[in-house]
Amino acid sequence: MSDPAINDINICIATENGSGSASANNILFKSIFKMGIPCSAKNLFPSNIQGLPTWYQVRASGRGYLGRKDVIDVMVIFNETTAHEDVDKVRPGGLVIYDDSKPLPRELIRDSLKYLGVPAWNLVKDNVKVTQLRAKQRNIVYVGAIAQLFGIPLDILKDVLADTFGDKPAVIDSNYLCIQLGYDHMESSGATQELGRLVAVPEGNKDTIMTEGNTAAALGAIFGGVTVVAWYPITPSSSLVEEIIARIGKFRTDNNDKHRFAIVQAEDELASVSMVIGAGFCGARAMTSTSGPGLSLMQEGIGLAYFTEVPSVFFIVQRGGPSTGLPTRTQQADITLMHQGSHGDTRHLVLIPHDNPSVFELSWKAFDYAERFQCPVFVMMDLDLGMNMGISAPLAYPDQPFDRGKVLSREQLEAQGGTFKRYLDIDGDGIPQRTIPGTDHPAAAYFARGSGHDVDASYTEDNQVYKALLDRLRKKYETARDFVPRPLIANGAGNGDGVISFGSSYTPTCEALDRLREEARPLDHLLLRALPVNGEVQQFLADHERIFLVEQNRDGQMAQILRDDFPRYAARIHPVLIYDGLPVTAGEIVNLIKGGN
Amino acid sequence: MSEPAVQMQAPANGLHLIKKDYEGAQSTLCKGCGHDAITASIVTAAYEASVDPKRVLKLSGIGCSAKTTNYFMNQSFGFNGIHGRMAAMATGTGLANHTLIPIGVSGDGDTASIGLGNFAHMVRRNLRITYIIENNGVYGLTKGQFSAMADRGSRLRKGGANPWEAMDIISLSLLMGATFLARSFSGDRKQLTPLIEAAFNHKGTAVLDVLSPCVTFNDHEGSTKSLKHIRANRDALHDIDFIPDFDQVDVDYDEGKEIRVRMHEAGMITLHKIKDHDPRDRGRAIQLLEEARGNNTFLTGLIYIDENMPDFAEVEQLPEIPLAFLGEEELRPSRQDLDQINASLML
Repeated sequence: MSDPAINDINICIATENGSGSASANNILFKSIFKMGIPCSAKNLFPSNIQGLPTWYQVRASGRGYLGRKDVIDVMVIFNETTAHEDVDKVRPGGLVIYDDSKPLPRELIRDSLKYLGVPAWNLVKDNVKVTQLRAKQRNIVYVGAIAQLFGIPLDILKDVLADTFGDKPAVIDSNYLCIQLGYDHMESSGATQELGRLVAVPEGNKDTIMTEGNTAAALGAIFGGVTVVAWYPITPSSSLVEEIIARIGKFRTDNNDKHRFAIVQAEDELASVSMVIGAGFCGARAMTSTSGPGLSLMQEGIGLAYFTEVPSVFFIVQRGGPSTGLPTRTQQADITLMHQGSHGDTRHLVLIPHDNPSVFELSWKAFDYAERFQCPVFVMMDLDLGMNMGISAPLAYPDQPFDRGKVLSREQLEAQGGTFKRYLDIDGDGIPQRTIPGTDHPAAAYFARGSGHDVDASYTEDNQVYKALLDRLRKKYETARDFVPRPLIANGAGNGDGVISFGSSYTPTCEALDRLREEARPLDHLLLRALPVNGEVQQFLADHERIFLVEQNRDGQMAQILRDDFPRYAARIHPVLIYDGLPVTAGEIVNLIKGGN
Repeated sequence: MSEPAVQMQAPANGLHLIKKDYEGAQSTLCKGCGHDAITASIVTAAYEASVDPKRVLKLSGIGCSAKTTNYFMNQSFGFNGIHGRMAAMATGTGLANHTLIPIGVSGDGDTASIGLGNFAHMVRRNLRITYIIENNGVYGLTKGQFSAMADRGSRLRKGGANPWEAMDIISLSLLMGATFLARSFSGDRKQLTPLIEAAFNHKGTAVLDVLSPCVTFNDHEGSTKSLKHIRANRDALHDIDFIPDFDQVDVDYDEGKEIRVRMHEAGMITLHKIKDHDPRDRGRAIQLLEEARGNNTFLTGLIYIDENMPDFAEVEQLPEIPLAFLGEEELRPSRQDLDQINASLML
């Protein structure tokens, strides 16, 4: 038997949603974090409020791998409905923890697995007085059992409880009692396991924050100066605006109780996008947040914002599509819908963060890009990035002041002779000057319209003027190539093979590349951070014979965009497509790269 | 340089602007279109009420009505957006800058067919806006299809009768909590102009349903929105005057014959009774609308008004300086604020 692995374990907890398991799982995750061990959590939850199966995977990785792990080492089967399939997901040699208040059904027993029971139900029945609390408290018992088996100190658990339920001592006591019950049971039963140990790393997670991408995006929007938020609730983006609601008042409430912000829950996404356009036209930093179905509804508005050149920011937290699809699973299948949103010829700016610090950074920058380029800007996220707990370096304070772009004040208008043409490209970058309603100058006004217009914004159906407008809008997009975030590149493999990843695929891709390097197959790696792509991406394509492009959709949507941009390299791009709705694992990437060999 | 020749000066309003300053581009609508008459009333109302064109925001959706915002107030910002979404777009403008004076012009299709959802919620929110529905009961730009405000039994120029009940946008708005509801007729400038002036000064959503015959597609025998049919079936509640604050007002007036309502922003609307109706009486307004419905008449005038409801900006607790004009100093939290947030995300 091999020695137990140190700080390398993946625990999957199978429960029913709405049963209090979220709280128990959160305590387990935070405790491992507090031990200083790099860790991540993947919540695989149903589109339902109560009673359907839910799984929570906590991965501890001393090497700092934070993607979903390929194999499940430990499975807690606290949901009878799914226990059959759950035991089959455990790797050979793995451990199953079950509630042995009832005997384990014979059909759940596999020769390759080890089983340890904790009588969670009996323990809470005997020790928790409030009958209604027992079902919930049962879940906290497995936290105690895991703590004992893998080495999470009880005082750390106690600290985490205090941190979580600070103002409710009764809740802390009741939860700690159940943790202790599980812990003591395992200790007294003499149960052991040889899979792994969790060993505290001194200063291990020092200066490390733990949050979700939707929270980082909310903070980014606030620090980016958002003033108008119009939204319609939709999974998995709702918590993004809810975090703004929870946090913005602290910074933006005046002494007389006036708000330097407005958040409106719109009647639908047609309204959200229209409100954002109205607000952006009037000069406010405005945003909405949605996922696939909402993005579909917003398409007409996106075309309007593009054609009338109204700054507007869209946070898109992608889920499984098409249609209602899988609302609580993750995917990157709305890339085309963002990049080429609306009817007619369009091309949009898409910012692509890959971890919480970059979510924060690209979120505040999105408002600068929107005003600089006078257009819709998309912050592309997905459920994995947006809703799963991730650990990272702290969020970095913005290193640039607001960029309002070419907005003319009354004084500037006067200084240039009291005239301006709203849609005239005066300096060749495709970006015209702009004024804001309420500017107190008789020449400030213009009449924006989604129909054909000339440089004065007047209606026209003139074929030459119309074509010139389409060409200028394209020029603006070309200008953006050198302004949007540059890719991160790790070169040096020197064998002509490269990998491109983006968004939530980046973390598992790094792990996959480490594994391939260990197998003597190193690959260069480019992290794509925005559309349109710039010269560095082109160079990467030029420098590599084969480029594996990791993306989470069926049709290779990003590959289509790159091939369209650089047709001479089209054949070099080999999409690595993972689209089953679960967070990507390194193993999936390794296998697909090897398969495409 | 010699003195300019003395010319006949056009009379100026309180802002030293002449009526011409409120005009816009040449209309491209059909000759005789009711919408052009409404445009003329808007110009007169804005001039007479001394509305500052630099503070006006003209908004519209799609359709013949949407074009008209280009035909008045050249010095004002305008935004001709997409079909049915003007109400929502206006809501966004109201958040960004609640000190502007938005004038939305829509049609019966733009408001009641494709745009009903967004219109309804704008009314609920009591967004400050003058919202004019140019109601001809027909889609003009697509050459004559029924809208949701076409009356049951009304006939198309070439085709059958409308089998569906008309949506009465005034009754509907009343039930949704609207605070200013008027119905008028494009051909009755004497009634329409003071209503628009009052709407400019209303705190909240002012809905004006203005019957506006489509001379090309809906002015034939058998149409209930023809000029002839409207003229024959309108039923005015009162004669109306709008008195700006700088005009003298008689202190004494006969309450039996006249109702005066002070507008939130400025001025006063004076209603010389024809029918017995106080437009602050919601129940009576519903009753009169029902009666008119039964009689197949168009009840015109100021049907309902409530100057006391908080408007959208008030509920949203918007600051005096519009959100659009706040800068980095007012909006970006400090470095210390972020340090605190980071600390709170550590364990």
